[in-house]
Amino acid sequence: MSLLVILLVLMVIGAVIAIETTNLLSSIVCVGAIGFLLSIAFLFLGAPDIAITQLVVEILALVILIRATISRDLTSVSGDREFFGLTITVAVVLVIAVIGVNMFAGFPAFGTPVMDRIVEAHGVPGPPSATYLRHGLERTGAANIVTAVLLDFRAYDTLGEATVLFCSILGALAILRSRARKRADAAETESESG
Amino acid sequence: MNEPLASQGMSLIVKTVTHWVKVFILVFGMYIVLNGHLTPGGGFAGGVVVACAFILLELANGQTRTSQTVKVGVAAELDSAGALLFLGVALVGMRAAGAFFKNFVPTPEAAWFKLFSAGVIPICNIGIGLKVGMSLFLVFVLLSALHVAVRNGDRKMIRRRKE
Repeated sequence: MSLLVILLVLMVIGAVIAIETTNLLSSIVCVGAIGFLLSIAFLFLGAPDIAITQLVVEILALVILIRATISRDLTSVSGDREFFGLTITVAVVLVIAVIGVNMFAGFPAFGTPVMDRIVEAHGVPGPPSATYLRHGLERTGAANIVTAVLLDFRAYDTLGEATVLFCSILGALAILRSRARKRADAAETESESG
Repeated sequence: MNEPLASQGMSLIVKTVTHWVKVFILVFGMYIVLNGHLTPGGGFAGGVVVACAFILLELANGQTRTSQTVKVGVAAELDSAGALLFLGVALVGMRAAGAFFKNFVPTPEAAWFKLFSAGVIPICNIGIGLKVGMSLFLVFVLLSALHVAVRNGDRKMIRRRKE
């Protein structure tokens, strides 16, 4: 638990630096560091699948962000914050922090299975997660229980996820394609490349 | 614009290292996809690793060189093929076993913890890996064609001219 607290404090520091720095590149690197620390936290919580996914997605998102936002003539942002906006932001963050602390105080202890309590209270046959863990291997044959849940028990959810990705890339291809854009605003294109 | 292909992209050191490393990254991505039902990982993570290999190629060699070897149209078709493969597995399961996404390939106990086990789950993993990898590569290609510039004091996303 103390390791998790250290990781969380480091992540908060990274987030503050990412917002406060004026250099875009160091801001993006800070965002990447937050993602890396989060993947370490997942690893210590016993979720290697999520840790791997978080790590590779973070690296890829970092590269895409750098490529998409950093250009030669715009590497830093400038501008002062207004005092009024800053006050409102701090107030909202404080209110959310108070609500969050009160909310987490009512939660069961870290690592306690929540579904078992509901089962005891309402007399339901049993939480689905217990069935997955007990019969996952013999019903699917997959040694990795996470994949067994994702692609067998809950494959319909995964299909929805894949559809979201498909639709987003379809929309991006339609909006950002080069042919129609060239005719519409040919004057906007710049003469330099790369 | 008119510079030769060899001088595009990054330096010779980066290009040489990329030339050696790309194979290992691709093999590692395929390993994560194919062993998704045995070890941590799966279609999504492996697909992202494969996309990273293509993105590394594009960053090191420049856009023109890469667009000659990896066509955007082919990537889009592979993307659709992955989605259709995943949906096709679901529909075949409905046809053959009576339920959407039913695991219709029997998995005997002797095959557990082997590469060829878990019925249709490896096929689903391959489909998702194709889909995710090609999708993210396309996102990168589309976004790298855009370019932020300052004009008359305000920022604008404009397109680099295609040669």
